[in-house]
Amino acid sequence: MPTLAKKTPSRPASRPGRPAPELIFGDLWPFDPAPETADPKLKPRYDLFIGGRFVVPQTGKYFDSINPANEKKLAEIALAGPADVDAAYAAAAKAAGPWARLPGRERAKYLFRLARLLQDRAREFAVAETLDGGKPIKESRDFDVPMAAAHFFYHAGWADKLEYLAPGRQVAPLGVVGQVIPWNFPLLMLAWKIAPALALGNTVVLKPAETTSITCLKFAEIIQEAGLPSGVVNFVTGAGDVGAAVVNHPVPAKIAFTGSTDVGKIIMRALAGTDKKLTLELGGKAANIVFDDAPLDQAVEGIVNGIFFNQGHVCCAGSRLLVHEPVADAVLAKLKRRLAVLKVGDPLDKNTDIGAINSAAQLQRIRELVAAGEAEGAELFQPACRLPEKGFYFRPTLFSGVSMSHRIAREEIFGPVLSILTFRTVEEAVEKANNTAYGLSAGVWTDKGSRTLKLSTELKAGVVWANTYNKFDPTSPFGGYKESGFGREGGRQGLLDYAKLT
Amino acid sequence: MSRLPVTKTPKPYVGGAFIRSESGRTYPLADAAGAFFAHLPQCTRKDLRNAVEAAAKAGPGWAKRTAYNRGQILYRLAEMLEARAEEMTAVLVRFGVARAAAAREVAAAVDRLVYYAGWADKYEQVLGNVNPVASPHFNFTVTEPMGIVGVVAPDAPSLLGLVSLVAPVIVSGNTVVALASEATPYPAVLLGEMLATSDLPGGVVNLLTGFRRELVPTFATHAHLRALNAAVGPEDAKALRLGAADSIKRVRIAGAAKPADWLSAREESVYAIRDFLEFKTTWHPIGA
Repeated sequence: MPTLAKKTPSRPASRPGRPAPELIFGDLWPFDPAPETADPKLKPRYDLFIGGRFVVPQTGKYFDSINPANEKKLAEIALAGPADVDAAYAAAAKAAGPWARLPGRERAKYLFRLARLLQDRAREFAVAETLDGGKPIKESRDFDVPMAAAHFFYHAGWADKLEYLAPGRQVAPLGVVGQVIPWNFPLLMLAWKIAPALALGNTVVLKPAETTSITCLKFAEIIQEAGLPSGVVNFVTGAGDVGAAVVNHPVPAKIAFTGSTDVGKIIMRALAGTDKKLTLELGGKAANIVFDDAPLDQAVEGIVNGIFFNQGHVCCAGSRLLVHEPVADAVLAKLKRRLAVLKVGDPLDKNTDIGAINSAAQLQRIRELVAAGEAEGAELFQPACRLPEKGFYFRPTLFSGVSMSHRIAREEIFGPVLSILTFRTVEEAVEKANNTAYGLSAGVWTDKGSRTLKLSTELKAGVVWANTYNKFDPTSPFGGYKESGFGREGGRQGLLDYAKLT
Repeated sequence: MSRLPVTKTPKPYVGGAFIRSESGRTYPLADAAGAFFAHLPQCTRKDLRNAVEAAAKAGPGWAKRTAYNRGQILYRLAEMLEARAEEMTAVLVRFGVARAAAAREVAAAVDRLVYYAGWADKYEQVLGNVNPVASPHFNFTVTEPMGIVGVVAPDAPSLLGLVSLVAPVIVSGNTVVALASEATPYPAVLLGEMLATSDLPGGVVNLLTGFRRELVPTFATHAHLRALNAAVGPEDAKALRLGAADSIKRVRIAGAAKPADWLSAREESVYAIRDFLEFKTTWHPIGA
């Protein structure tokens, strides 16, 4: 039987304006499964994509890509060796001159084609992305794939308008660019990297993350369909050693990396004695700041989206909630109630809110940090939702009573774990928000526009969301302050990072 | 009997004051003719850290000044240098620069300050913008200063090199800790005296004299220095970049691509200002 939520005894039932009692069904009537059934059109085996063709790796080796939702093998992915990375750079170098000399108008049309072809195959790509990475289908369908197409569409139009990019200077392509991307938004990160590079006339060698190579190699099919000249885009697949080969190769004029701050530092050191340009989009520990005048129900939705979007595998995730003391209890109560109705499970189910953790290793890291949070004395809350028996899953988790010194308030967890802190004054909120080595993003929830702008001015973060969170747009530059990296992606500022000024 | 001139004890300008090295160390400086000129403070890592503290204190106030005000102060600095151009030229000549070249260098330094003074309230309009996002948000990208920036000046031109590296950094509200030319440090000391009378708040520009081999490692690794603007050779450049990685510090090596032509207008650019700015994008909702 459905039960009525317990009434607070201090509130008389006759109080005018009292909200209607809330129905809480619990697990009584589970949702029917609503799986997305489109065919992801996966091949059993994916080769490297070099010089416009799929080629067998010179290592002769392949590794398995599994579905983190059920640990079943999806496909075999080629393992690139140093000779393959050489070949990819040779192809990119050969293509660089003709691609740069191609009139911008023609380069633009290739990019428009890529955008359109991706839109045409959006449903298929969304399913493939969800299978390979574990993210809910509603996110890959409504966010990852359309946003990736939008990035190609936006940058396409720049290719023949580059004289407007840098007032007072001419821009020229850098040449060949090496790019290494993470596993949290595989196709979208590919688009963020490739679209601006190509618009400016660069050619690319890109390495996707080893757990999420499939949509990258499916995108190679789109590159073929678009008739993009051979060698303009090349994909090499494998783990960190392949990434190191991409970064350390002598050919690229620039390295663009998105991933952890630790690896970002390694790359900076590796490039220290070279003339290579570098942009880094690294980790974060964003503060999401809620004031007492904020629309609380809307804020709670924003907090949930901020930390549980993509299982919290988001560099700009709002992982530190800073709540104004007067509303701290109310916000926590609302959050707990909201968490109780989040659906964790099959990523392919259209009703799923939180899908699978990307890998066993990442699940282990989340567990370790959550254990540290409990050991350091923060109070843990997890809803009693059922988790699938196979696959990598983690319950949405809240920690209240967190202090700034706790590991869960300082380290990037990259999982569905929210640390809640409180503040009394605007100054304290800013001080706490900025008290981190990171500076990627922040959220501000308030009804007062002037306060939003004051915080936006004082927060040391590259992106500030007011009364919203985790919004992205190809026209809107994204990137961090401090140890969250340098350079921007998106907009005019991001494009300029792929240009040489003359 | 001729009068014995009074010699000056050169002291670098740090935190709005003229300091000696905390270590008490000095080194003798000779002029171009080989004659003894003075003892200069041989600043230490500790002096550098103290200078960073001074810069940190001055930073927020300087960044909060209006762009108009910062522009006027840079222009005032140009006025101070122009007024004492003869003195500065004589100093450059004494340290080996030909008279005509010295006069050109001082004039170029003045003009460079005026150039950047004029950018103070304009670069934002060139570098930032509103972004037409596909959602009901007013989305805008503005610039912000990075914070404290380390500057390592070239050996020559000792004055123009230093001014060219410092001006585009401070115009946006950053503060600077700079190491003067190792070969010819005295013009920087003299520039410090002009800074002190230019309305520039103390601590915004801090000038150290000393040796690169002692100070470059600390410039590289000091976590509160958020960026470096250095005119150094490949070896020091590599050392700066290696150390900078520890805190993801931004590094600009002047003349890395091709040797800097300091007198050329090519050395003046809004993109030199841009190299020491962060871009911040704000999403503000549009609605009731």
